[in-house]
Amino acid sequence: MSAPNNTYDPVRVAALAPAEVDRMTREAVEAIAAAGTLDELRAASLAHLGRHAPLTLAGAEIGALPPQARAEAGRRIGAAKQRVAQAQAARQAELEAERDARVLVDEVADVTLPWDRQPAGARHPVMTLADRLADVFIGMGYEIAEGPEVEAEWFNFDALNFPPDHPARETQDSFFVAGPHGRRSGMVLRTHTSPVQIRAMLSRPLPLYVVSPGRCFRSDTLDATHSPVFHQMEALAVDEGLTMADLRGAISAFVEALFGPGLRTRLRPDFFPFTEPSADVSMECHVCRGASALPGGAPCRVCKSQGWVEIAGCGMVNPRVLRACGIDPGRYSGFAFGLGIERSLMIRSGLADIRDTIEGDVRFSRAFGVEE
Amino acid sequence: MRVPLSWLLEYAPLPEPVDAGEVARRLTGIGLEVESVEPAGQDVRDVVVARVLDIEELTGFRKPIRHCRVTTGDGTATRQVICGAANFAVGDLVPLALPGARLPGGLEIGVSKRYGRISDGMICSAAELGIGDDHSGILVLPPEAPVGADFIGWAGLRDVVLDVNVTPDKGHALSVRGMARELATAFGVPFTDPVGTGLPERDADSADVWPAAIADPSACDRFVLREVRGIDPARRTPLAMTIRLARAGMRAVSLAVDVTNYLMLELGQPLHAFDRSALNGPIVVRRARPGERLETIDHVVRDLDPDDILITDSSGPISLAGVMGGLATEVRGATTDVVIEAAHFSAAGIGRMSRRHRLFSEASARFERGVDHELQLVASAKAAAMLAALGGGAVVQGRSFASTPIEPVRIVMPASYPDQVAGLSYGEQTVIARLREAGCEVAGGGGALTVRPPSWRPDLRDPSDLAEEVIRFEGYERVGVRMPRAVAGRGRTPGQRLRGAIARALAGAGYVEVIGSPFASSADFDRMLLASDDARRGAVRVANPIRDEEPLVRTTLLPGLFRIAARNAGRGFADLALFEIGSVARRREDDPEGARTAPILAVDRGPTAEEIAELEAALPDQPRLIAAVLTGQREAAGWWGSGRPASFHDAIEAARLVLRTSRVRHAVRAARREPWHPGRCAEIVVLAGLGGPAEGAPAPPAARGGPAAGSRPAAGSRPAAESRPAAESGAAGSDDARWLVAGYAGELHPRVVAAFRLPPRACAMELDLSLIERAAAALGPTPAPRISGYPVATQDVALVVDAGVPASAVEAALAAGAAQAGGLLEQVRLFDVYIGEQVGPGRKSLAYTLRFRAPDRTLTDEEVAAARQAAVAEASRLTGAVLRGAG
Repeated sequence: MSAPNNTYDPVRVAALAPAEVDRMTREAVEAIAAAGTLDELRAASLAHLGRHAPLTLAGAEIGALPPQARAEAGRRIGAAKQRVAQAQAARQAELEAERDARVLVDEVADVTLPWDRQPAGARHPVMTLADRLADVFIGMGYEIAEGPEVEAEWFNFDALNFPPDHPARETQDSFFVAGPHGRRSGMVLRTHTSPVQIRAMLSRPLPLYVVSPGRCFRSDTLDATHSPVFHQMEALAVDEGLTMADLRGAISAFVEALFGPGLRTRLRPDFFPFTEPSADVSMECHVCRGASALPGGAPCRVCKSQGWVEIAGCGMVNPRVLRACGIDPGRYSGFAFGLGIERSLMIRSGLADIRDTIEGDVRFSRAFGVEE
Repeated sequence: MRVPLSWLLEYAPLPEPVDAGEVARRLTGIGLEVESVEPAGQDVRDVVVARVLDIEELTGFRKPIRHCRVTTGDGTATRQVICGAANFAVGDLVPLALPGARLPGGLEIGVSKRYGRISDGMICSAAELGIGDDHSGILVLPPEAPVGADFIGWAGLRDVVLDVNVTPDKGHALSVRGMARELATAFGVPFTDPVGTGLPERDADSADVWPAAIADPSACDRFVLREVRGIDPARRTPLAMTIRLARAGMRAVSLAVDVTNYLMLELGQPLHAFDRSALNGPIVVRRARPGERLETIDHVVRDLDPDDILITDSSGPISLAGVMGGLATEVRGATTDVVIEAAHFSAAGIGRMSRRHRLFSEASARFERGVDHELQLVASAKAAAMLAALGGGAVVQGRSFASTPIEPVRIVMPASYPDQVAGLSYGEQTVIARLREAGCEVAGGGGALTVRPPSWRPDLRDPSDLAEEVIRFEGYERVGVRMPRAVAGRGRTPGQRLRGAIARALAGAGYVEVIGSPFASSADFDRMLLASDDARRGAVRVANPIRDEEPLVRTTLLPGLFRIAARNAGRGFADLALFEIGSVARRREDDPEGARTAPILAVDRGPTAEEIAELEAALPDQPRLIAAVLTGQREAAGWWGSGRPASFHDAIEAARLVLRTSRVRHAVRAARREPWHPGRCAEIVVLAGLGGPAEGAPAPPAARGGPAAGSRPAAGSRPAAESRPAAESGAAGSDDARWLVAGYAGELHPRVVAAFRLPPRACAMELDLSLIERAAAALGPTPAPRISGYPVATQDVALVVDAGVPASAVEAALAAGAAQAGGLLEQVRLFDVYIGEQVGPGRKSLAYTLRFRAPDRTLTDEEVAAARQAAVAEASRLTGAVLRGAG
């Protein structure tokens, strides 16, 4: 189909001439650039991009061109309008930014003002450290076992191979529950968390991997390093074929998780009624790393320049203990280790006076926040 | 035990040069922890043996002063020395510190002018030379001391003293004999037993020796007496022995006592010397009789317990066996005839007696840990011979020996057992060799060993004890490191997780966690205004409390928190929000008097279920509680304006926070409970055994026992959750059973606040966390809500009710009414409470915003109006509410 064979009016189509389009475009861009406010810009935009703008009107004449010239004229007008629109958008952004800067600056405030309307809360570091210790064991597959603080002597002593005359069963070491009519009650405020081990062995299926964090009581006079009330955490594993090497493995993993990778641990013979063989556990001092002294020659306060810090007691579960729990020591063996949480806090955080853990001064817990 | 290294080396000759640090490391490595290595006499120099040539007594001073001339040579070269002691004579040999000499502790001796004379050195006492604590006079040396010789070298004063911490199982190591044996093993050198060749020839019971008998074989199974007569009382203990005693921490007393102490240190056998002239009749070992007393050598008259083990003669008790001798038969300065006792007493019996009398002696420490039961004859013979030789006396031939048979211990053990314990392959030969080094007789082979532990190792009873011997001698450092194979742990229990979540939630809400005292007193219960029959008075009593004023185990966390709050307030921190999670102990309902006792069960087998049940039944209830206390400002004052005081609302909100964290359905109602303010106390009830907002959950019960009807909220305050008498409530009683009281929260009673010296208006809450844990454990997973995207329709209603109607009841009724009308109610929120003229006396207006939304459509105005009307109608029906402006 061919285009209508109209004659065209050269006057009507003069506005579409390239020079004329350039002029209109230049005028439009200049007007937009000259707009000093958003209102002026709105007026300039209307004048040069609105329905009565010269470019708009020129575009309406395209139809008057000969068909072969229309396409080129259309592109020319489109490009011109696009340039003007871009200029408008750029100027719009500039003017808005200027306005925002002006207005929002007026709203400036002192952002350093305090807003501590509610005082900070905190957890007790002994509790958070106990949680952290437990987490390490949970990661190794252990579960947390719990038991009562007022405990039967049998759980606290006898089943753990403490003979009836053991010094720990004297009143100067342990708190005993008063019995009826001045008799012995057979109950004690647990002196360690080990009775929980007995309870776990009696109530849980084998193999058994548990930790027991908890509060313990000893008839100690309160001073900077002793408290009649303190917390312990013990780990117990009972399984077939466990050896001292497994004990060392568990201790190494635990120490590295808590104090840092690469810290060596050392076992030395010790004595506990409920383990045989028994050992005390030392770890390489996490402050001086066994160098015994800090750079510059100052003595290391944490390990007293010994290079090692005693952190726990451990051993292979005494077969007598297994037997008292009805476990065949010929088939099963076990290991256990225990540490004082306050003592760990002394090592980890430099706690100097254990009384701070029980006095409840808010400054103490707050210093630790919700994680020790 | 403190021991000079030179003494150990006599029996465990280590290759020279001996490194004391290495000795300490190796001993510690095999279980004898060396706590300190102290050089002795190492820093002393220029002390020489001198002879006193003449003495001039100076007068005119406050004390006698001597001006002496001494020589360190043949007498031609002399020195003059001023001395304040007078226990020496012309011709005596004395240690002389020359000018420039150093004494222990770094004291330097120079030339000085004293008492008007030149003193060209110093004559030394034993204490000044670091030999014991005797500075009563000059150390006069025996005549054989070489004049002019270096005193330190001649006396063998250069040594190293090891302080060894011996664990309770290793009684044998409380002696040079035992420790040297361990040292020899640690270094792989031969050990010479100081016991030597044993007994004198023709050693047999003799009528010439003081007679002895054992009356109670459970107290003593070996008892030996020997005699030495004709000792010269003037004879003194040799210097070398004095030095060793001093280095071991023992004081020189007299020759007889020093000899017994010296041999006790060397052999581990405690010995006692009696003055023969003070004895009356045969010596008998027996238990004490009622009313018997004994004055011990420390001049303390002791009332004896029927369990005490005594050495007696016909006059009565003469010694606390194995603990301390009696004063009357003690060896004195003039004693010439001595009866020496060596015995083997019951370890447990001596331990009990020593603790009962709070008397801890070198002897009791050894008996308690176990003494070699074959040592008594030899040790007493050595003591008699030594005393006779040094004291110029004569040993009476023979002995008195009373004994009862001791069953030998035999342990059968697979030779591979130590391997199994250590996770190593020692091999049978190593195991046998190590056990023999420990003194064991080992028989058998090819897999099974029969082991007879030595008489000095009563601690070796089981294969595990033998395994430890092998492993410690081979070195704990040889044990490998292996991660135990993983087990399928289930992580924390829901209750354990919940506790952590609650603690973190409270900390996030500004509460500081503390650990309160576990002890309590009835005075605290009085201060809390607890009634005489309050269950919280059912406390367990400690037989030996650390403070007599606090003899009970706590039944509530509150007094401990109050005390911590008061302490903080006293330190200038009065704006407090504290909490504690901890267990308490309360007498069981079925044993309110604590009449039950926990039996001591057998340990050679597992307990039966009945036995365990009996133990558990004796233990008190021990729920875990959570408590919080608030004082002062909950929100601080600051540049923004004034603060907000903590109120009972905060305490109740803390309880709600705990319960929200637990997901357990709960309700708050007014109640009365000590120690709370009777008008500002809320009871927190939880729905036990049913899930959160699950279908079919009963409505929370109405409050019981609240303030009397018609009571009014305090003027000027917003009304609390006031209650109505139960009779007026419409709640069904049967559902009550599933709602359990978890605890209380509110403002504290002013008298409680005063009694605990708390800041005014202190508030608190306490909940039974164990109960909440149990209720939470019954919950399933939280059902996910369906979130509707349709628009909300909001309606406000103001309802006028009697002032005594709790807001919670009105809210519950609105919710119930809306639920019955199609369940379109999304939220009810109280936004205003008005009391005043416009609603009339005894009334209050509660204004609620009700938000309605449908899951599947936009609600029409008619639907919203109908739902609103249904809610209001139910509120009217249940609480007598009237729409404000409509009445």
